[in-house]
Amino acid sequence: MSTFTLKFFAKLREETGQEEMVVSVNDVNQLSQLKPYLIEQHPEWAEAFSVQLMSAVNQTMVTGDTKLNAGDEVALFPPVTGG
Amino acid sequence: MLHISVQEADFNLQAEYDAMCERNTKDGAVVFFVGRVRDLNEGDDVTTLHLEHYPGMTEKSLTDIAEQAKTRWPLNRIRIIHRVGTLKPADQIVYVAASSPHRDAAFEGAQFMMDYLKTRAPFWKKENTNRGERWVDAKQSDTEKEQRW
Repeated sequence: MSTFTLKFFAKLREETGQEEMVVSVNDVNQLSQLKPYLIEQHPEWAEAFSVQLMSAVNQTMVTGDTKLNAGDEVALFPPVTGG
Repeated sequence: MLHISVQEADFNLQAEYDAMCERNTKDGAVVFFVGRVRDLNEGDDVTTLHLEHYPGMTEKSLTDIAEQAKTRWPLNRIRIIHRVGTLKPADQIVYVAASSPHRDAAFEGAQFMMDYLKTRAPFWKKENTNRGERWVDAKQSDTEKEQRW
């Protein structure tokens, strides 16, 4: 396997029209590369990604950069509003 | 005891309190918080509130928050319930309870867990108002409250 899963939630999911997609680690293997890659693949998503977003890798919140491996579950979403 | 639940169904406060207290002779203090749906946000009438979440991560996140609280305060029992799905004004959204031998830890532990839940647990609210649908924005004041811990 050479891919990881990418999930979108809430407003980001609505704006990209995607709940889930698959990304190759040959294209992206660092979290910091992900946004630029997605905007390059989908220029129409530039505005959706221009806002503050949070990230999780394997269901744990990540701040800063981290390596992305095949089989990972990555998620991007707007700042949370529970409670 | 650590009880975490993400559910559509409503919760019953008496049952939750009973669960905190049954056969509990150690704790002199039980503190709980209930978050409810309001009918007004940013000056607009709210008719319904939809709560989305990240299945899998939601439970993990709430458990992590509760475990952090347990390492910082002597909390013997913790219960967290967060509802998802479509709610309306006056509905209960969230329940956070902490028990401890004495009250300071119970109050602080419950406050800490709510402050962390507001900024770290993967839920998102979407309101239906008289001016249409909109996603609720995260509040800077919640970030500030999280940081004071």
